[in-house]
Amino acid sequence: MADTPAIAASGVKVHFRTAAGLVRAVDGVDLTVPAGAFHGIVGESGCGKTTLARALIGLQPATSGDVRIAGRDRAEWQRTDRLGFARAVQFVFQDPLGSMSRRQTVGQTLEEPLLIHGTGGAAQRRARIAELLDLVALPASVLDRLPRSLSGGQRQRVAIARALALGPQLLIADEPLSALDVSVRAQIVNLFARLRDQLGLTIVIVAHDLAIVREVCSDVTVMYLGRVAEEGATKPLFADPAHPYSQALLSAVPSPDPRIEAVRPRVLLAGDPPSPRNPPPGCRFSTRCPVAEPACRTEEPALRAVTHGGRAACLLADAARHARIAHA
Amino acid sequence: MSGSTSTPAGAPPVYAVESLVIDLYTPTLSVRAVDGASFHVAPGETLAVVGESGSGKTVMTLGPLGLLPEGVAVDLRGAARADGRDLLTMSAKDLSALRGGYFGVIFQDPISALNPMLKIGPQLARQAELYQGLSPEAARKEAVSLLARSGIPDPEDRFNRYPHELSGGMLQRAMIALALAARPRVLIADEPTTALDATVQAQILSLIRQIQKEDGIAVILITHDIGAVSVLADRVMVLYAGQVAEEGVAVDVLTDPIHPYTRGLLASVPDFRSETAVGTREIPGLPPNQASLEAGCRFVDRCDRARPGCRTRRPELTAVRRGAAARRVACPVVLEEEGIAHG
Repeated sequence: MADTPAIAASGVKVHFRTAAGLVRAVDGVDLTVPAGAFHGIVGESGCGKTTLARALIGLQPATSGDVRIAGRDRAEWQRTDRLGFARAVQFVFQDPLGSMSRRQTVGQTLEEPLLIHGTGGAAQRRARIAELLDLVALPASVLDRLPRSLSGGQRQRVAIARALALGPQLLIADEPLSALDVSVRAQIVNLFARLRDQLGLTIVIVAHDLAIVREVCSDVTVMYLGRVAEEGATKPLFADPAHPYSQALLSAVPSPDPRIEAVRPRVLLAGDPPSPRNPPPGCRFSTRCPVAEPACRTEEPALRAVTHGGRAACLLADAARHARIAHA
Repeated sequence: MSGSTSTPAGAPPVYAVESLVIDLYTPTLSVRAVDGASFHVAPGETLAVVGESGSGKTVMTLGPLGLLPEGVAVDLRGAARADGRDLLTMSAKDLSALRGGYFGVIFQDPISALNPMLKIGPQLARQAELYQGLSPEAARKEAVSLLARSGIPDPEDRFNRYPHELSGGMLQRAMIALALAARPRVLIADEPTTALDATVQAQILSLIRQIQKEDGIAVILITHDIGAVSVLADRVMVLYAGQVAEEGVAVDVLTDPIHPYTRGLLASVPDFRSETAVGTREIPGLPPNQASLEAGCRFVDRCDRARPGCRTRRPELTAVRRGAAARRVACPVVLEEEGIAHG
């Protein structure tokens, strides 16, 4: 069990046909998440992080690629044992309000998966619901309330409780923090960390808040325009990112301490990320990369081992050295 | 409250609000959205107004200009002055003129500020004609130069583009250009980077900073993003549920907060550059329902320092001696327990 990764995905592509042409939202991603990991997927809008997360569990049909969850072929598993898959793998959406019925009370929302899966009698369901509320630190008084009357943080807790109802091994959460206020965001982050420890869950979180990913995630994947730019253990990668894009992304996050901010060298990238409709040839970051060389514009870099122990897709990076766009 | 209308630089404020109270009424409930706030901002200075959703930061800053939520009855009391005039007694027509010329506002969502049916350039030129009194030809030139100043590449080409043809970052820049077209004295930026990606956020913050340096205008940054405050602000004002919790020089407040809410808020913001990773600390509970508030401190239910008296006693914003510059804190408990001298 410990040796079988929670997620092993290879060559995942998700292409959308639109009136304006083919959008390569995810364009060849390999991803391995060990069991028990707290994995972060980061990147800017349009990098494909949400589409990838959805494709991993079949919410979004993939154009090609192979996804194994706990060693089993995901598509096959879903086809032959849909309920069993739903017990093992759950998804938490960015907008908890949109993912719940507006007419169902919190109690009904939490009971629904238990009813569908025929888990015990009424008394057992009530006990399980009480347990779930306890796990996400909500008072029993929310049970009779409708989602609209809850705060954003409470709603997100309900969504997480519902995802936990059937005791999944794997929880994938798409931007579960972005709609929340700062002080509440910390509560939800700590909740995820506690759930992983208490329940031995594997958690994959899609996020754009890098500071939070650094705090709680054991591993991280940095995406750019549908591809993995860099991946590795979070702390070493954040301390010494090998890919110029990761360096720029980290540099863009201001420090909450103005004394650090006043002296910190900043790298401002030119322009916006290009459209995934028309990714540039060679390295996809080459159009904005301050250290790009001619080869970067023609040769598409593969992921290879870099100094921090993870891997990066940059022609200028290898296990001994990498390009730097700013002083550390 | 002494000295609250003077600034470190000594320049008189271009926008000053005293003891502002804003009550909002809907058919079913009434909310005191702002409960006695005072602030001021001087030329060349950036004031950050920090708070979470519902803290009243936007209503407090934009309310006196007549920019208020729709479909809500509003009662505004106190004083608000700009350009030597009293905003609260001004006619709607005068206020509208002042809003267009004296104040420039940039919003979180640029699409709502730009007319989708008109090309970008002519929208800017019209503003410049109207408020700078330029001729059509001069206004056109001004529009192109504003686009260039806002960091929009190929401004001659972008002049003839419609808003939907621009990316999010470029639209944000176009909106900044639009706000500058009237040559405002005060630029109010309401969550200007919230909807943007990290690398684009950094560009926009740097642009606002550069404009302010060049033009010496006053900037009010309304945000919940402590990082943005850290980059831009000279002074910061922390709001909680319509009450001012703390106010002072940004570096003092952010590195040595005094009010329990400011402390909790800053502790919940992780800094990945800090080597002493303490984990993200959280403030328990939720902001109060403002429709059912009592007389006392609105943070009381989430505060680890609360005493019985906090529930009934309204916390006065008190000047304290701490750090080099003036600071005001609305928490008598912390001041007393930690022996912080009144200043």
